[in-house]
Amino acid sequence: MLYLDKVSYTYSPGTAMAMPALHEVSLEIPDGQFIGIIGHTGSGKSTLIQHLNGLVKPTGGVIYYNGRDIWDEDFSRKELRTKVGLVFQYPEHQLFETTVVKDVEFGPRNMKLENLEVQLRTFEALKTVGISDELYDASPFDLSGGQKRRVAIAGVLAMKPEVLVLDEPTAGLDPAGRDEILEAIFRIKRERNITVILVSHSMEDVARFVDRIIVMEHGSVKYDGSPKEVFRNYKELEEIGLAAPDVTYLTAMLRERGVGLPDVATTVEEAADMIERYCKH
Amino acid sequence: MIKANKLAYEYIRRDEEGNVEGIIRALDGVDLEIKKGDFVAILGHNGSGKSTIAKEINAILEPTEGTLFVNGLDVSDESKIWDVRQSAGMVFQNPDNQIVASLVEEDVAFGPENLGVPSPEIKQRVAYALEKVGMEDHRGSSPNALSGGQKQRVAIAGILAMKPKCIVLDEPTAMLDPGGRREVIKTLHELNKKEGITILLITHYMDEVTGADRVIVMDDGKIVMQGTPREIFSKVDEVKSHHLDVPQVTELAYELNKRGFRFPPGVLTKEEFINALLG
Ligand SMILES: Nc1ncnc2c1ncn2[C@@H]1O[C@H](COP(=O)(O)OP(=O)(O)OP(=O)(O)O)[C@@H](O)[C@H]1O
Ligand SMILES: Nc1ncnc2c1ncn2[C@@H]1O[C@H](COP(=O)(O)OP(=O)(O)O)[C@@H](O)[C@H]1O
Ligand SMILES: [Mg+2]
Ligand SMILES: [Mg+2]
Repeated sequence: MLYLDKVSYTYSPGTAMAMPALHEVSLEIPDGQFIGIIGHTGSGKSTLIQHLNGLVKPTGGVIYYNGRDIWDEDFSRKELRTKVGLVFQYPEHQLFETTVVKDVEFGPRNMKLENLEVQLRTFEALKTVGISDELYDASPFDLSGGQKRRVAIAGVLAMKPEVLVLDEPTAGLDPAGRDEILEAIFRIKRERNITVILVSHSMEDVARFVDRIIVMEHGSVKYDGSPKEVFRNYKELEEIGLAAPDVTYLTAMLRERGVGLPDVATTVEEAADMIERYCKH
Repeated sequence: MIKANKLAYEYIRRDEEGNVEGIIRALDGVDLEIKKGDFVAILGHNGSGKSTIAKEINAILEPTEGTLFVNGLDVSDESKIWDVRQSAGMVFQNPDNQIVASLVEEDVAFGPENLGVPSPEIKQRVAYALEKVGMEDHRGSSPNALSGGQKQRVAIAGILAMKPKCIVLDEPTAMLDPGGRREVIKTLHELNKKEGITILLITHYMDEVTGADRVIVMDDGKIVMQGTPREIFSKVDEVKSHHLDVPQVTELAYELNKRGFRFPPGVLTKEEFINALLG
């Protein structure tokens, strides 16, 4: 379990360039939740999640991992980074080896696992993200944009983290790839009962997969609730550069036109059920 | 405006010693014609060859086989490279990698300066371009202080200032929040309608292509579907077989039809859906 107690962060504090990015963010992240983080560019999403594995040190407040302050002197942040796996927003920043396989192996090798285990995890992870063996020996830099992203995700999956944090992992993926990866992450989450935190600009994806949405706005938490609770505020979300899934607008419009749907919908499936039930009455 | 005939491109993959390890045929016999003033969207799975086509149109890559003409210029003709690039400007995915100057107006002026345009005209062009993308109030700002959507509009203005006939955008909205995406797509439609600029938009967001004149679907280096958005999205199963999707409203109508409803094929907008449902 992760706990953030009034976490604040300012880039270049005390200088003329000081840039406050988080203001006293308090969050409880219980084990096994699937959380979506949304917010306009610059709202503090990336800054927030880089705190979760100790990549940046808060300028105020405390972060607890299983009850321990992660900035305590005797707390191993190196180990924390294998438990809280972070896939960066720009995958090309995460790829550096000469072949795809070496790149994915890097994490588990650093964990001092046995050779066989490293290889098994590598192939499993590559399979999960849909990278076929033709590309195993290719240089990560010669891949298409979407292929690079998949390899970066595989590299983190191979470490089998307890908390998986993904910063806009589906940007640049084709729709089938988006579904494939999110479904794979959903499955892994269920099988291993891990916590997943997904930063995304795709409201449709967030609505489909997560239990809880955290909306960031100017470095603070603006909303925190189930997809339904959050997307009901679709008008307010638009004012802060966001949106709701298209079916939310559609069902809201139908309700305005007097169609007696019980609520707005957030997924296609749910909208279909609501409209079917309404029309068969 | 753009005419490709049996266009093919092969990347050669080499090992550390420089020996050929493999050949990837990224484009495989593409025939394509885009008319002046068209708004064309290109869809396709990861690795299907979209960016490779974009780089061909911008004369960054030379065709391995076949021919490609941009604004009547043969991209294989090295003496015409700069003319090709001026006719068809490119906008890329990552807004941060495209900004070169520390002020918005300097950034927009960069292209025409390189073309050797005289200064008084550069001023005019910068003012025109920033106005067209709705960024005139930010001319004196630092690009770093802008949102992703605003940065992309500045990148588009930088291309506009070179007076191109055509703009090719390779996933310009992939890294933007929903508000930024709305801004960029709206800007592209305005440039297309009011300025007559030919737009070639590569995207993975299905809802961004519903307003295009034509949609092209690529699969493994080939064009496999072509038509209006309605024609394309009425073939839900075929679209999905190419690793793509349909807009949510289309999907919803399709799902309800499976349950006995009778929506016409290829419902694209919320208004169409509501009209069809409430009759
Ligand atoms: N520099 C390169 N060297 C070798 N192969 C490459 C290179 N760039 C691309 N490829 C390969 O060429 C094919 C087409 O790539 P391209 O970048 O055109 O795809 P794309 O349709 O733009 O994909 P995406 O949606 O992921 O951006 C892929 O198989 C890719 O791996
Ligand atoms: N390395 C950095 N140096 C200075 N300021 C930064 C840096 N990274 C982010 N910021 C600023 O911090 C704020 C939050 O940014 P970020 O966490 O990247 O937001 P998001 O991920 O939601 O787009 C923004 O104002 C941004 O400009
Ligand atoms: Mg970010
Ligand atoms: Mg591409």
